[in-house]
Amino acid sequence: MIRLKEIEKKFGKFEVLKNLSFNIEPGKITALVGPNGSGKTTIIKTILGLVKPDNGDILINDKSILNDYHYRKNIGYMPQTASFPENLTVREVLKMISDLRNSKIQPIDELIEAMNLTSEMNKQIKTLSGGTKQKVSALISLMFNPSIIILDEPTAGLDPVASSNLKELVIKEKLKGKTIILTSHIMSEIEELADHIIFLIEGKIKFDGSVFDLLTYKGENKLEKAIANMMNEKSAWN
Amino acid sequence: MELIFKIIKFELSNAFRSKWILVYSLFFFISAYLLLNFESDNGKAALSMMNIVLIVIPLVSIIFGTMFVYNSIDFIRMALCQPINRSSLFIGLYFGNSIPLAVGFFSGTLIAFVINGITVALISDFLLILLVGVALTFIFTSLAFLIAIIFSDKAKGLGFSIIIWMVLSVVYDGLILFVVYFFRDYPIENVVLAISLLNPIDLARILFVLGFDISALMGYTGALFNKFFGSSSGLIISITLLFIWFITPTYFGLRSFKLKDF
Repeated sequence: MIRLKEIEKKFGKFEVLKNLSFNIEPGKITALVGPNGSGKTTIIKTILGLVKPDNGDILINDKSILNDYHYRKNIGYMPQTASFPENLTVREVLKMISDLRNSKIQPIDELIEAMNLTSEMNKQIKTLSGGTKQKVSALISLMFNPSIIILDEPTAGLDPVASSNLKELVIKEKLKGKTIILTSHIMSEIEELADHIIFLIEGKIKFDGSVFDLLTYKGENKLEKAIANMMNEKSAWN
Repeated sequence: MELIFKIIKFELSNAFRSKWILVYSLFFFISAYLLLNFESDNGKAALSMMNIVLIVIPLVSIIFGTMFVYNSIDFIRMALCQPINRSSLFIGLYFGNSIPLAVGFFSGTLIAFVINGITVALISDFLLILLVGVALTFIFTSLAFLIAIIFSDKAKGLGFSIIIWMVLSVVYDGLILFVVYFFRDYPIENVVLAISLLNPIDLARILFVLGFDISALMGYTGALFNKFFGSSSGLIISITLLFIWFITPTYFGLRSFKLKDF
């Protein structure tokens, strides 16, 4: 269980997260949804320790993570844009990360195949396309069998085959009881994957509940419409 | 500790794989080789080599160090998502960048010295050049890391690095001269001395000057230092101060790195 308590974060004068509190439960896929700049990636980076909150606390299994780093052993992260040292081959990157983590690479042939990376393993990162880098990133997020998986717009640059394979893998991981956090702008994808939705607008939570709750709350049968509805309410306020 | 070595090892293999280190090393080899061949007096050659070291090493170390941090942001982001602590990453990156620079300078210059067979009497002087060059590499890389971590904007960081180098290597001596000239009627030796302690390049120069024992040739600050401290205590004081110059920016760089949002 990941618990965020009264998290606040400012970048200069711009308040990105405003007193946010919510829980992310294991065995579920939790989707962070919201317009651009609503604070989704900042939340993820705060959980990862890349961004330090100004106020509040984050607990994973009731232990504060703010001044810790060991907890990241249990996290697999796929960022929005993949960034690796350019002059290494895919294989070397995998080896380097497992070296840094001090853990042996698990048998990952199946994962490599699912991501269609077999022929790319000995190529340098700088020669790969954006989509292929995303595949490598997906592979890394899953290859250490972490108990928490964080995917920031995972399918944005992927081809349909890899995208559908990744979704299958994510569902499999969920069934193993893992905690999965996902952000996406593709509503059909969220509808397909998410059990729980946290809807954010300008760093505040607008809705926190199951997909079913959201649909009944808005009286819609399509998630896309329900979300669009909420975004429209926001612009009506403006 | 193990992690620090892993990061250093990774950065070293990266650095030695690219050709810049070879070019850097060749530059010092050629400079030292030519100076020792064209100048029959090895002492004068050492002095000229010292001047090259005092200008080139701070410049290359600070620019290269700043660029290195900006170019490593992707790696840093990736590494910080792994279970490693920020201090180890910072120290690993720091030495991963400064060691290749130091090795490049050291090996190029040393080989030139050895090939030319410098006289035994001058061995300590040449050793001093090597030591001061290495010290300046570590100090200016440390300043570069501090600057690049404070400024997220690459252009600002690089600009600031160039300004720092300009101030410390060019403007500073001008300022000292100005102070000396302006207050020439007052006994301001101690003030001038204190001012020169604040500049690592001046400190390095003083180390050379005291080592060579030719302080009168090396400007006002060198002569002053010699007069006040005598050779051996002067050496110890300047080495200590150089060490402080290394520790201080490294400490603040590490502190900013621990608090920075990536």
